[in-house]
Amino acid sequence: MVWVGYLGAAALWYASVKWLPFESFRRMPDPVTVINEWLSPNPTFGVSIFTAAYYKHILYSVYRATAAFCLATLLGVSLGICMGWSRNFHSYVSALLGLLRPVPPLAWVPLAILIFAGVESAVIFVTFLVAFFATALNTLVGVRSIDPDYFRAAASLGASRKDVLLDVVIPGALPNIFTGLQIAMGAAWFSLAAGEMIAAQYGLGFLIMEAYSLIQFPTIVIAMATLGLLGYLSSALIRVLGNRLMRWRDRSMGFGA
Amino acid sequence: MSGSASVTPFARSAQSVTERPAAGSLSIRDVCKTYDPDGACVEALRNCSAEVRSGEFVAIVGPSGCGKSTLLNMIAGFDTVSSGRIDLDGRVLASAERPPLPGPDRVVVFQHGALFPWMTVLDNVTYGPVRQKALARAQAEKKAIDLLRNCGGLDAAAGSYPAQLSSGMQRRVEIVRALMNEPRVLLLDEPFRAMDTVSKTTMHQHLLDMYRLYRNTIIFITHDLEEAIYLADTVIVMTTRPGMVKQVIHVGLPRPRVLKMLYSQEFMRLKREAAEGVHEEARKAFERGEREQA
Repeated sequence: MVWVGYLGAAALWYASVKWLPFESFRRMPDPVTVINEWLSPNPTFGVSIFTAAYYKHILYSVYRATAAFCLATLLGVSLGICMGWSRNFHSYVSALLGLLRPVPPLAWVPLAILIFAGVESAVIFVTFLVAFFATALNTLVGVRSIDPDYFRAAASLGASRKDVLLDVVIPGALPNIFTGLQIAMGAAWFSLAAGEMIAAQYGLGFLIMEAYSLIQFPTIVIAMATLGLLGYLSSALIRVLGNRLMRWRDRSMGFGA
Repeated sequence: MSGSASVTPFARSAQSVTERPAAGSLSIRDVCKTYDPDGACVEALRNCSAEVRSGEFVAIVGPSGCGKSTLLNMIAGFDTVSSGRIDLDGRVLASAERPPLPGPDRVVVFQHGALFPWMTVLDNVTYGPVRQKALARAQAEKKAIDLLRNCGGLDAAAGSYPAQLSSGMQRRVEIVRALMNEPRVLLLDEPFRAMDTVSKTTMHQHLLDMYRLYRNTIIFITHDLEEAIYLADTVIVMTTRPGMVKQVIHVGLPRPRVLKMLYSQEFMRLKREAAEGVHEEARKAFERGEREQA
């Protein structure tokens, strides 16, 4: 039944391009034109599933998103757990985080280019940054929301501090960590596309900007749709991984009373 | 007591369990507890004293907020003592000078349940001995399976996660997790509070069977007087805040306890003896609540 929604959306798109009384809308490509261009072995504007350039842009974007996301997961989860674990550490770090977090990621781009002396690391850095904040804060919330009785039970059963970290804190925070990773993944793609538009020579964000300056409407839409698809796939991947790691939340296959 | 009113079939394995050395006598002397959250000094417990023999089943009843959970948390080592002391088998367990220290000799079964949801039943139950390095994992698992089987055939659920079990099963698994540590004192903090009457009755039989098998000292917190009398050797009635010992009732009902005892003359007499005190305290607590609301 999902297809009804997709068909409806395509129909709406088609109708708004063909029949709305706005001159600028008329120049927009309709869905059929975009699909034809996307699947064409000889695309009018040089980008389709049969061209190497398309995959090069995808590869660059995926590489940057993955690098930034992995780094953000590693550092964000560690920081969040340390902050939840130690009150002292939290008080040291929270002021800095509170100050840095509201700075919009794109405001970092010029400084990042100057600091990292190169566009590649700068784009990865701004992408990393948003993902990092989302991961760290959700992990912290995760640790804080663990039922204190679990800590008491562990202490009562003779667990050491290290045992508590591995057996209570990390698994207990896992649901919130994965919520954080979902948010981080979304934010990462957002930030990545913006970063690539400003400062990059490859990538889907760059492709959109390039097609914009050359007024290649179908290519803009192809790049946008590809970003949407990649975002959807990466979210699904995290969801599958989360469900695998948290099978204990599954209430099915129940045991009766 | 062989053959006498075997309540549930699994109690037959009683003979296979070896006697443990007598341990688990608690001595609670003049224990006071004051909280000082934001300048407003709250006196939770005042001069509480009680003696608990090794292997005795003691129930503590009292209105909500009378400090019975505080007392349990002090014994468990989760909370500090303001003055007075608690001894376990002649050694100081808690006093104003000692920082609280939880340990596997006094395991708690929590009101809302605290099985680790991310571990299977088997991993939960073996957690204590494995982490204390008291047993190798294989030994711990063997012991766990035996114990689970003795406690009503729970071994069938060993590979399940807690969320897949009914709340009654979860609670029994949590009691088994505690028993795995061979605690000197088993601390039960209103474990059946959220249950309906039918499940509660079943849980009482399970608990009584486990008690008959393992004979740990049990401190059982509840606000249900009938439950307290039916399960315990001694019922301590506490006053409303500040919590003090109001009444100590020795329950002479023979063991094994069976349901028909609930209607016996002796049960009725004990209930009458305690009910007046309990209701008086409940009324005081209620009135104070009204005042504090106003």
